[in-house]
Amino acid sequence: MPAVGAAAARDEGAHVSSPMTSTQKSAARTAVEVRMEGLSRRYGPVVALDGLDLTVQAGELVALLGPSGCGKTTTLRLLAGLEDADAGQITVAGADITRLPASKRDMGMVFQAYSLFPHMTVRQNVAFGLRLRRVSSAQRDRRAIEMLDLVGLSTQADRYPHQISGGQQQRVALARALAIEPQVLLLDEPLSALDAKVRAQLRDQIRRIQLEVGITTLFVTHDQEEALAIADRVGVMRDGRIEHLAPPTEVYSRPATSFVAEFVGLTNRLAGTVSGSTVTVRGRDLPLVDLSTPAGPVTALVRPEAVTLASDSSGESGPLVGTVIASTFLGATSRVTVDLGDTTILAQLSTADATKLPAGSRVSLTIRPDPVLVSVEAPAEVEE
Amino acid sequence: MAALASLGESAPAAEAKGPRSMQAGRRRRLNLFRYLVFTVFGLFFILPLLAMVRFSLEGSTLGTWSVAAWKQIASYPGPPPLLSAVEITLELAIISSGVVLVLLVPTMIWIRLRVRWISRAFEFLCLLPLTIPAIVLVVGLAPIYNKIRHYQLSALQLFWAYVILALPYAYRALSAGLTAIDVETLSEAARSLGASWLTVIVRVIAPNMRQAILNALVLTSALVLGEFTIAYLLLYNNMQVNLYYISRTTPNAGVLFAASSAALIFAFGLLLVLSYAGRRRRRGQG
Repeated sequence: MPAVGAAAARDEGAHVSSPMTSTQKSAARTAVEVRMEGLSRRYGPVVALDGLDLTVQAGELVALLGPSGCGKTTTLRLLAGLEDADAGQITVAGADITRLPASKRDMGMVFQAYSLFPHMTVRQNVAFGLRLRRVSSAQRDRRAIEMLDLVGLSTQADRYPHQISGGQQQRVALARALAIEPQVLLLDEPLSALDAKVRAQLRDQIRRIQLEVGITTLFVTHDQEEALAIADRVGVMRDGRIEHLAPPTEVYSRPATSFVAEFVGLTNRLAGTVSGSTVTVRGRDLPLVDLSTPAGPVTALVRPEAVTLASDSSGESGPLVGTVIASTFLGATSRVTVDLGDTTILAQLSTADATKLPAGSRVSLTIRPDPVLVSVEAPAEVEE
Repeated sequence: MAALASLGESAPAAEAKGPRSMQAGRRRRLNLFRYLVFTVFGLFFILPLLAMVRFSLEGSTLGTWSVAAWKQIASYPGPPPLLSAVEITLELAIISSGVVLVLLVPTMIWIRLRVRWISRAFEFLCLLPLTIPAIVLVVGLAPIYNKIRHYQLSALQLFWAYVILALPYAYRALSAGLTAIDVETLSEAARSLGASWLTVIVRVIAPNMRQAILNALVLTSALVLGEFTIAYLLLYNNMQVNLYYISRTTPNAGVLFAASSAALIFAFGLLLVLSYAGRRRRRGQG
């Protein structure tokens, strides 16, 4: 997945000049490990973080993904020092920084809201951190332009933030965060205020720059596509804890829990019965992700793309024969809803295939035998 | 769904195709109304002022012109001379504005960033002087000023009282400026770049409140330039008190009106300069 992301970044970000500067090389050399142990944070009666453990390897990009209020932004703010932990410890490169104020933590941060200083030009914004570090003005300028080059905005150096677009502002914010050569880069939903196309471009650009600079990065998002596209590992959070931390492909194809399965991608919930290492769903035997699942009735979580449809003219009925009731066009693919009599099921097909199956047509289903996750709760018939 | 889509399309389309003349007529009528209101209120404000200026330029016989009264401002005898009273008032305006800003700007930013829970109490405290009549303030302040007078300090000591009087206006102006910027995000961004709290306030937040600070400055200065009650009751001589004395004693009302006009023109000038400074800065950015 990261390889794909990087390739895309090379394509889409091709217009951006990106010389590997000496400072970037030095940053790459000094990538550090970030370790958070037993972090807890309460806001009154609300538990935002509940003993969170997370280690980000040197030079790695970990994306924290989860619904609102799951504690992902709190994790980032505790790491940045913008809030204090009630309990737990944060170490960066082996040094305990739990009680260090934000201004002494040496972390670059990009915020969800536009955070450029409105009274400063783009160049002054990028150089601000260096000015605080008493870097000489010539050096400051050189470094600012170097960073703006990195994000492809050196021609905008003398503009004010309100004169450039939202996407450009976030790129400047990234340049500003990287200019101080921080040990760790923190990205707090930096793309959520941007429109879809700019978002995808900037996402790939962030990944490319992160790989180039080699900086340890924590990226917080509620957008699963973003997390899967950009991260070395994705941490899916729920109720102040990390529910599953794994590479994107694993989070998607072998989710640790039913919550992860349902949060990352769409899922059909189908009644099934476990026996041995398989689960039987509507007459089909599918392998289990978790072989220790006890035998008995379960809800199996089946991805829409594991379901294929074929036109059925036999007129016979069966557990895997149904009627198309709706089709949602998504561009290259379409999502088709099929009524199976006792339940409905979603299938994701190429649009070319889906157009051959208009609403009302009889179809037979095939479920690809991918390993599936089951939840042992009472079987439900809800999709999504 | 189709109905919705067609509705969505038809609304702007109808607007675009609608009769142009009707829109133009409406705009003309609206403009006419604007000019009318502007003219009526403009006359209401400007006529008395023009009359005042005209009176100050009245020659020795009715209907003639002369700048004699204006020339007398500089040399009008005291005690104390009018010019020194004007000087004291200007100094008071500068000192009071400075003190108000130094007190309020960092405090308000600090409250917004760190101790938000006291913001209501602070607002109440700042707005309180609005509800206290000047005479009550004088009664409370008199013993203190008696002591001050004991040490023969100048009328500049009035700034203590003027700072209190100006608090509500300056507070309102600054508060509007503060809510217009994302103080939390800007300060967090600055802190993550290594800025101390002092740097955050002085170099990040305050420069973005430029217009609000100018407004607070204008309001405080205007208040001090026009202040009479407290200075008079505490037996100090500022410009307004001096003008009042002149009006009581002089047979030459011209100099009185010349001085009042001068004060007004000065205040207008200050206002213009300050608002122009703010606008030019914005255009520089724009």
